[in-house]
Amino acid sequence: MAAIKSDLPQGTLDLLMLKVIALGPVHGYAIAQRLEQVSRGVVQVPEGSLYPALHRLENRGLLAADWKETETGREAKFYRLTRKGWKQLETETADWQRLIDAIGLILGMADGGAQ
Amino acid sequence: MEAQLEKELNFHLEQHTSQLVACGRAPDEARREARLALGGPEQVKEKCRDARGTRWLEDLLQDTRYALRTFRQKPGFTVVALLLLALGIGATTVMFAVINSVLLRPLSYAEPDRLVALRGFTEKFGEFWGFSNLDFGDLKRDSRTLALAAWTYGGGTVSEPGEAQYVNGREISAELFSTLGISPVQGRAFRPEEDRPGAAAVAIISYGLWQRDFGSAPSAIGRSLVYEGKPYAVVGVAPPGFQLDGEADVFTPLEQNTDPRMQNRGGHFLRVLARLRPGFALAEGRAELALMARHLAEEYPKSNAGLNMIIHPLQKELAGDVGSTLWLLLFAVGLVLLIACVNIASLLLARAVSRERELAMRVALGAGRNRLARQCLTESAVLGLGGGLLGVLLAGASIHPFVAFWPGSLPRANEVHLDWRVLVFAVGASLASGFLFGLAPALRVPVRDVERTLRAGARSIAGSSRRLHYAFVISEIALAVVLLVSAGMLGQTLLALSSLDPGLNVHDVMAARFALSPGTRENPEQIRAAWQDVLDRARRVPGVESVALADIIPMREGENSVSYWTTANQPPPSQEPIALASCVTPDYLKVMGIPLRHGRFFNEHDLIGSEPVVVIDDNLAQHAFGGKDAVGKRIWIPATGAAPVLVVGIVGHVRHWGLASDDQSRVRDQMYYPLAQVPAPLLHFFSSIMSIAVRTKIPPLNVVEPLGQQLRGPAGDQVLYGIRTMEQLVSASLARQRFLLLLFGIFAGLALLLACIGIYGVLAYLTGQRVPEIGIRMTVGATARDVMRLVLGQSLVMIFAGAGVGILAALAAGRILNRLVEGMRPAEVSTFAITIPVLILAALFASFVPARRASRVDPVSALRQQ
Repeated sequence: MAAIKSDLPQGTLDLLMLKVIALGPVHGYAIAQRLEQVSRGVVQVPEGSLYPALHRLENRGLLAADWKETETGREAKFYRLTRKGWKQLETETADWQRLIDAIGLILGMADGGAQ
Repeated sequence: MEAQLEKELNFHLEQHTSQLVACGRAPDEARREARLALGGPEQVKEKCRDARGTRWLEDLLQDTRYALRTFRQKPGFTVVALLLLALGIGATTVMFAVINSVLLRPLSYAEPDRLVALRGFTEKFGEFWGFSNLDFGDLKRDSRTLALAAWTYGGGTVSEPGEAQYVNGREISAELFSTLGISPVQGRAFRPEEDRPGAAAVAIISYGLWQRDFGSAPSAIGRSLVYEGKPYAVVGVAPPGFQLDGEADVFTPLEQNTDPRMQNRGGHFLRVLARLRPGFALAEGRAELALMARHLAEEYPKSNAGLNMIIHPLQKELAGDVGSTLWLLLFAVGLVLLIACVNIASLLLARAVSRERELAMRVALGAGRNRLARQCLTESAVLGLGGGLLGVLLAGASIHPFVAFWPGSLPRANEVHLDWRVLVFAVGASLASGFLFGLAPALRVPVRDVERTLRAGARSIAGSSRRLHYAFVISEIALAVVLLVSAGMLGQTLLALSSLDPGLNVHDVMAARFALSPGTRENPEQIRAAWQDVLDRARRVPGVESVALADIIPMREGENSVSYWTTANQPPPSQEPIALASCVTPDYLKVMGIPLRHGRFFNEHDLIGSEPVVVIDDNLAQHAFGGKDAVGKRIWIPATGAAPVLVVGIVGHVRHWGLASDDQSRVRDQMYYPLAQVPAPLLHFFSSIMSIAVRTKIPPLNVVEPLGQQLRGPAGDQVLYGIRTMEQLVSASLARQRFLLLLFGIFAGLALLLACIGIYGVLAYLTGQRVPEIGIRMTVGATARDVMRLVLGQSLVMIFAGAGVGILAALAAGRILNRLVEGMRPAEVSTFAITIPVLILAALFASFVPARRASRVDPVSALRQQ
């Protein structure tokens, strides 16, 4: 299966990143790794836009960051969700779900068309 | 912040690298791959910075520091640019500060927008300020919408306390202070019962007089002031700087004036202002006033037929006609500022082009285009603000000298100062200038072809920059042409006006206002004797050739217009012709050197009781009698009674309204009547407004001292004041034109200089860029002359294009000047024929140096530079 890369719809990357970060404090490299692993390689974050996106979310107050040691003893910047971030994740997830349902309905229409 | 970003990205790279190594890549290979995956580290960092909102502030600080550093490195450029800007912004700020104080800022009275000035209006005279006292009384009593107050000019000798001195005065109605909403700083305003004929004599004095003659003592209230020989009790001190139309030192109640004109409905000598009563709008006041004027006209058709009354905002009224001069000057300094901006823009552009490779390098290293454009603009804004700061300092230092330099009196001059509005204007002008000259370099920030720019030699130059430079020079020249032609027009006008014949011999004549001591003005015989004594004494002063008395002096403020007719059946007042009437003594013609055309002037036999006579001027003779011999004819002058007066002589016309204005004035007929025939009841009033005029054998101002000694009178309270030579009066009548010419001349000179510097700079730069090309031309056979022709040709194209655009703009500017300056002559071919060659020669001279330098290029070294 081909990688989608930057063809992700606008704003989707933010949602995916929020979701990954929601699982627990995590640093930038790990976010990219996890997105790729979980999506089985379909979602590849263009690394050049990963960090600007993180900084933007931090600046909007959705993320907070701390410098912590990793398991290997290195210092890294760990991101976590703020309260505002959690709320944003919830609403965006709900929006996304509604959109998917709607698209599913349309695509699942019988060939006879709508009544 | 920066360090953390660096650290975060490094961590990412190391993680990625070690993972790739774990997958079996060689370490070097792994590092390379990780870097490729992340993209250029600088670009990523740049984007991260952009993602954070506080970016612009950090950038601004950084750019400002950078700008200051570059300016320090180029002190020459910086000093020149700052000076140009300081001059432009300083001059513009001064003009704006004056406009702000005189025209824009509300009057310093309570609710200034509800204050209005009343004016009369007739078909024939247009608008005029005068109201008769009786009309004023009726309006004040009847108006429901307007609370009215009035004042009129006065003045006289204050003989106690202190040395006898002449002061300006105002007779004011009791409600003037309360209408304006001001109160005296000491004491009180007049009470209504004091504003009555025969009430106790009271006076309010100015703050200045209080300081000078009463030592600012609070005890001044209640003390006595001897004014015009009569003791007044001082009841109040006016606030400092209080003035309505010029300064005055003594205020007295209007109704205490017993002069006959107070009861004459035809005597329009009061100025009237009003405050709209609460709840009424301007339109209602206007409508009511028009209605009242109509009622007055019905009730008193003889004096009021055709007389309308209108309202203006008081602020506009007090500003008078200086508005047009001020806006003209602001416009002119604005042009100079614009030229300065264009100059700096072309300097900055030249620098930007030579920095093109540096900028391209920075784009390659990850700088965004907006970022670099912003940096360019920050740089010019810093320059603009620096220049603005210097400009404001300059304006602060020069504003008071400028106001003092203003010809005549500038209304509200005492209020002129720099306030927050002026500062906002100055900052705005600085930033706008900075934006203007920073725009071109900012737009040149390279976007595409970064690689080509980097590869190109330092001396290759994009065509668009050359076109922009051309445009700069062309606009500078065009702006300079506008100012030069305007100055040329003013110069020609001034020359033409100065060569006009004033109608009299202005050399060796002195005129001074002079009033008889109140002690000698008790009865008509005494007054006539006192005047005769004055003439006799003055004639004995060494150096005096002849002496005369007159109520009005040519080209000085003050006038007396009367209507006349050539038969006893007078037409309605609105159709009667008007003449300027002067009351004089027999030697007046000799003193002023006015030519006698026919008949005779007055002599010692024209006395009260003998047949009333007048002498008329050419114009009146022409208008009234069609050029036929008017001597021996009679004219009827309603103002002097029902009996006709005999015309005994015709004299030349005198340009009474000044050289600039006389030909366009409404009243151009003139007549003279003898002081000796002024009827007894009017004599007292005339004795307070006469002037003495003296023709001398020595420089006229030298007789002032001995003359003053001779005329002090028995009580020592007769003083000469308002002393002017006729030469001074003639020259003052052109003061506005001369003032404008001087300033426009300075501005035009500056503009020319700036334009030449601009041409020089641009050509030096452009030819510098073309040195290799010139080298090639010379190796293939071009001579030094060819090269010079090449460069001069280039500059001629710019000069002619600029002059062409400038001439069109100057024609438009000339129209404006024609409308705003009286006596202005339209732009003629000769105006252009004088000014344009000056500009072309100066511009060619400025291009000559770079052209010569280009022609001396050594082909070999030029080619090596490539």
